[in-house]
Amino acid sequence: MKHSPKSCSNNRKRIRALYLLGFVSLLAAALLGVALGGTPLPFSALWKVMREGLTASADGRILLYVRLPRTAAALLCGGALAVSGAVIQGVLANRLASPSIIGVNAGAGLAVTLCTALGIYGGWRMALAAFLGAFAAVTVVSLGARKWGASRGTVILLGVAMNSLLGAISDAMITFFPEVGTMSRDFKVGQFMAVTGQKLLPAAVLILLALAILLTLTNELDVLTLGEDSARGLGMNTSRMRTLFLLLAALLAGCAVSLAGLLSFVGLVVPHAVRRVAGSKSSHLLGLCALFGAAFICLCDTAARTLFAPYELPVGILMAFLGAPFFVFILIRGKGGHSRD
Amino acid sequence: MIELQDLCAGYGKRQILHGISLSIHSGELLSVIGPNGSGKSTLLKAIVGILPPEAGTVLLDSARANALSRTEVARKIAYLAQGKSTPDMTAEQMVLHGRFPHLHYPRRYSARDREIAAAAMEQTGISAFADRPMASLSGGMRQNAYIAMALAQDADYILLDEPTTYLDIAHQLELMKMLRRLADGGKGVAAVLHDLPLAFTFSDRVAVLADGGIAACDTPAALCESGVVKKIFGVELVGDGDAGYRYRYPLD
Repeated sequence: MKHSPKSCSNNRKRIRALYLLGFVSLLAAALLGVALGGTPLPFSALWKVMREGLTASADGRILLYVRLPRTAAALLCGGALAVSGAVIQGVLANRLASPSIIGVNAGAGLAVTLCTALGIYGGWRMALAAFLGAFAAVTVVSLGARKWGASRGTVILLGVAMNSLLGAISDAMITFFPEVGTMSRDFKVGQFMAVTGQKLLPAAVLILLALAILLTLTNELDVLTLGEDSARGLGMNTSRMRTLFLLLAALLAGCAVSLAGLLSFVGLVVPHAVRRVAGSKSSHLLGLCALFGAAFICLCDTAARTLFAPYELPVGILMAFLGAPFFVFILIRGKGGHSRD
Repeated sequence: MIELQDLCAGYGKRQILHGISLSIHSGELLSVIGPNGSGKSTLLKAIVGILPPEAGTVLLDSARANALSRTEVARKIAYLAQGKSTPDMTAEQMVLHGRFPHLHYPRRYSARDREIAAAAMEQTGISAFADRPMASLSGGMRQNAYIAMALAQDADYILLDEPTTYLDIAHQLELMKMLRRLADGGKGVAAVLHDLPLAFTFSDRVAVLADGGIAACDTPAALCESGVVKKIFGVELVGDGDAGYRYRYPLD
């Protein structure tokens, strides 16, 4: 392919089309998420609720207290986990890495379990604790990978060990605090049934803040992927930048876990799919991951609660059904860790 | 001018460079040669600040380099590392990253940055491959893309660690001519090279490293006379006038 204004223009058009598709998907997913469920809220009912006020009817209260928080949570968690996965993959130079695979979600999960055992069921304290748990886990994996010069496969195994260890600690805690157990079963699967406004607000603020900061640091993320010496030769303080990226990725994953529990594979599936159609340039990758990740989880959640009505399948189960084969597909294709070392 | 005064550097407890004193002047092409493990790459890393000096001083245009920020150093010195990854991006995107030290938060490229990157790609002959992913380029083209990134940095000094790696002889010659032109244009260029005839033919001065110290640093002609090349490498170099230098192999 020659460098020509035409090919550049085609690429720009494709990216613009992908952004448009992302926004339309997000809007459609949000509308479906609000409208569908045990009690369907067709658009005529939504229009009526808008005219009469949110608390004037049963439909309005369902919309205000159930559908809107749940849909917002699904959108935020999807975007957060997808972007967190893309960032972690960039920083660790490992396409197989994702928050659920390298133990980031498990770190946040342990923190949430601890909070629940201590009687903290939501709010800022839980969101921040989840962030600290996620950051501790990703820091250990990142430092281990760098200190021991671990290969891509070893990083994944390190993550597996981290997942097992943190899961075991969580389980031990549940043994000592049985009242945590009931909540923890839903939490381990990952679902949005228990989302409330009290849980949603702090996580939403932190997720949007982290996303906004990350979208201004896409150039730094690209430079970091050039490798340690090249990035430092370009004037980057790579240690500081790597820590900042891991902090923000942990903040996203931690907040998502504090809302929805241990949703798996989102941070793996969405960045891979987006990278295939949009390339690896971080400015497009992160933006499109946020849009498609949000739409994907929201659609999955809507499907999980409507396809098997009157039963409601936790969205985490659906994600695992979709994500696990995809993970195997990546491994078989042998492209999982393609790039850089 | 970059000036090293009694520079010592290494990795942890293992000191590689012992008391190096050397200067790189604006407008000169300095080749750094030496056997494997003599500290050539370490020297460049210490100059650019990737490896903090254990002792001694690096002066950059009379200012102490360790008093400057990383960005300030990167605006003065472009550095081409030896071990490079193959990033998942197009050649053009990678070359544009050479402008990174000149950007301010949130680091968006201006039309001028794109012009400079385009000129660097033209200079290294990769304009036709600008839209191609780095992974799809040949080793030589990838190397040229990295060199273009260093040129796009538009620094006063350019340090290149084995820039001729992966290049065929024709492209090696092209590269050396380009470095010569850059030096003639006023930039200070230092390149770690393994090909001694290339180094001696194109350089103003050659620094010979051995066992972490400077064994000699002089003009190519003076070094040939001194016999230091034969002592360090076991081969002789002979000058062929305008045709440059060639090896004289010991056949006995």
